[in-house]
Amino acid sequence: MNTLGRAHRFGDDINTDYIISAKAKESRVNIADMVPYLMEDIRPGFASSLSPGDVIVAGRNFGCGSSREAAPAVIKGAGVGGVLAASFARIFYRNAANVGLPLLEFDTSAIPDGATIHVDFSTGVVRDTSTGRIWQAKPLPKFMLEICHEGGLVNYLKKHGRFVL
Amino acid sequence: MIPAQTVAEKLLSRKAGTPLEAGEIAVCAVDLAVAHDGNRPQSIDILRELGGGGPWDPARVILVIDHAPTQPNLAAAAIHDGMRRFAREYGVEVLGPGEGVCHQIIPERGYASPGDLVLGTDSHTCTYGALNALGTGVGSSDLAAVFLTGTLWLKVPESIYVDLTGRFRPGVYAKDAILALASRLGADGATYAALEFHGDALAGLSVAGRMTMANMAVELGAKAGIFPCDEVLERWLAERRAAHPTAPVTPATPASAVSPDAGARYIDRLQLDLASLEPQVACPHNVDNVRPISDVVGTPIKEAVIGTCTNGRLEDLAVAAGVLAGRHIHPDVRLFVTPASRAIYLAALRAGIIEILLEAGAIINQPGCSACTGGSHVGVPSDGENVVTTANRNFKGRLGNPEANLFLASPATVAASALEGRIADCRQYMEVGASA
Ligand code: SF4
Repeated sequence: MNTLGRAHRFGDDINTDYIISAKAKESRVNIADMVPYLMEDIRPGFASSLSPGDVIVAGRNFGCGSSREAAPAVIKGAGVGGVLAASFARIFYRNAANVGLPLLEFDTSAIPDGATIHVDFSTGVVRDTSTGRIWQAKPLPKFMLEICHEGGLVNYLKKHGRFVL
Repeated sequence: MIPAQTVAEKLLSRKAGTPLEAGEIAVCAVDLAVAHDGNRPQSIDILRELGGGGPWDPARVILVIDHAPTQPNLAAAAIHDGMRRFAREYGVEVLGPGEGVCHQIIPERGYASPGDLVLGTDSHTCTYGALNALGTGVGSSDLAAVFLTGTLWLKVPESIYVDLTGRFRPGVYAKDAILALASRLGADGATYAALEFHGDALAGLSVAGRMTMANMAVELGAKAGIFPCDEVLERWLAERRAAHPTAPVTPATPASAVSPDAGARYIDRLQLDLASLEPQVACPHNVDNVRPISDVVGTPIKEAVIGTCTNGRLEDLAVAAGVLAGRHIHPDVRLFVTPASRAIYLAALRAGIIEILLEAGAIINQPGCSACTGGSHVGVPSDGENVVTTANRNFKGRLGNPEANLFLASPATVAASALEGRIADCRQYMEVGASA
């Protein structure tokens, strides 16, 4: 699982209401219809600024707040290739793997906003393609990586029928 | 030999059928799975995608229509319709709209008991920790996996021991205690951990108050916030069972209660003296941006909200009525009140509480999530307005407008603020010597 794209920096405590608000979510049924509202309350127009493969780079406690699986699903639906953050809230962490949105957790503070970066989620290696600088993160736990790799929990369960630790 | 265990370790060991320590991952049997109408996608649709027919055990599944209880638009109506069809097809119980918010009606009807593992597609599923259950929020896919298999993989959390001591002074409540804890630990201070509440203060802390505190465990990042099964809880459970004799899915027995072993390992221990607290307010836009009331008194407000799964219980409405009785809210303020359930609404009606609230100028909403998020389509504030609310989250835009500011406080503080049109210290409306 790799992605190559521009880094979009966010701060600490980016909650799931910011990612996709209850207001935008509750009046729609399909994830695709929610994509234009990604980060609407804190960065209007964000969804249309994205190119496929771009990366969200954030500080501590990314995805805190509600259990809405729509949060990682909308990020993925907007074409984001993955999220790098100093830390993640636990429900978001699970949900992201379950919808096939890869994550890496490490000190992201030195990644410049707008940098073009290459991320290998299986090995945890992040490279700034213009400066060549490299960061090594710990990949997702093997079991979660496997779910994420299958494209999410639905595919995983279709294949295995149950959880195989 | 099994090492000494925390409540979370012990409870999850039982569900996995093998002794577990914090940090281990295990597949656990689930006692109760709850899904509400707020989720996109819906777990029931994912289950269909998985090719599953009905859920593994229809008696252990409950669908609740609470997030959009007014059926405000076509999307909500379609989701509700899908839930009802699924429920009818597979013999699953669907509650609402109008029955109340899931975290109130499920405990109220005796559907959750000490020792249970409750998973729900709502982050505040941690509320069930007040019942000595391990409740935690999951996403729609995870819950669909539970529907399919009756199990879910879980990582056993580390635990933080919270020693609650002393008694609240008048005008100070469980909400103030959990806000004070949020201030101490921060919004990610308990990430991945379980908060385990103990201490001599528990004898004076009602189950409703415990629910308020357990509810907000997730605002500190916690996976769960668990209280012990003591006399206070046993009495409460007995009342529930008497009121709903046929309801419990998993009747509690004294043996199902979970207490920690002596010598269990905690990653942190902290103490909170309830007697030392004054009313607390979480200021925009983070739950841990907490100030003592004295710092924020006088901040103008235009809207006040009493309700949500944090503070819409009978004792919350009673406290608010105590402040509002014989008075009228400030002419510039809208006060929205949402009883957390139909049963609470009825009880408040019979006790004369609703009459007091209405006479004071309150607008009473449908039981459910009304006026908690913008998705409920109730009480959306205007640009630049300050709102004081008993909810659990004050994120920018939470109530449907990113240009508004939300302040979190207890029902008493909200009621007093509604009277004055600015954040007010509720203690001036308390009778001297009255006990909280
Ligand atoms: S009342 Fe608010 S916080 Fe509670 S379940 Fe409903 S929307 Fe979520």
